[in-house]
Amino acid sequence: MNPNRRTALKGAAMIGALAMGLLKSAGAWAQSWNKAAFETKSLNDTVKAMGGASAAESKDIVITSPDIAENGAVVPFSIASKIPKTESISLLVEKNPNALAASFGIPDGTEAGITTRVKMGQTSNVIALVKADGKFYYTSKEVKVTLGGCGG
Amino acid sequence: MADPMKIRAAMAGNQVEVKILMSHEMETGQRKDSKGATIPAHFIQNVTATHNGKTVLSAEWGPAVAKNPFLSFKFSGGKPGDKVVVTWVDNKGDKRTDEATIS
Repeated sequence: MNPNRRTALKGAAMIGALAMGLLKSAGAWAQSWNKAAFETKSLNDTVKAMGGASAAESKDIVITSPDIAENGAVVPFSIASKIPKTESISLLVEKNPNALAASFGIPDGTEAGITTRVKMGQTSNVIALVKADGKFYYTSKEVKVTLGGCGG
Repeated sequence: MADPMKIRAAMAGNQVEVKILMSHEMETGQRKDSKGATIPAHFIQNVTATHNGKTVLSAEWGPAVAKNPFLSFKFSGGKPGDKVVVTWVDNKGDKRTDEATIS
């Protein structure tokens, strides 16, 4: 638990939930969730909200995804980082309403690579943001979305 | 309570490859129903995977993660017979924990 991360809004929501008796285990739900970062819209703002100054472009991060996604509701992504001491991997979709889609913490012993599926509202640059040894690195890739499903 | 997760954990060389398929709407909060009312956001916020009590992956998710989320990763230090435990918590406080045995 990190009290600094919790906003007043989230606190209010928790009190509301407590009042309704919905919250059976306060400890579990109070896990950190970086609300500020998830509400940002651009790469720089997200990096700032995650505690970094700026990110440097890196060729040691690889995004594997289709170049053209026929269905924006389910776009598969694999992100792998070869940067030593990778601590976290985040996936951002530039033109989504909120850029940050998912953020993964990579403990020691876990390979710095994840695969998941995200939604994309439209054709957009996708950015993989890696925190390694306290610094931020990124790489980006354009993914075209053809919601009509014609394959572009 | 949400449906169980499907979890597979298998040795891949000297690493354990974990594949997780969760069952969740992942409602974005951007969609509207047939009456034009906004459907409230409902999505998984935190995912934690542990092996022998040690966290092997943690995740913070926004509503942009696809419906019925899929997640795959690899970690070292596991052996066949060990258990991998995965827990998610969503923005309404609902949660689900499931486990799989490494094969």
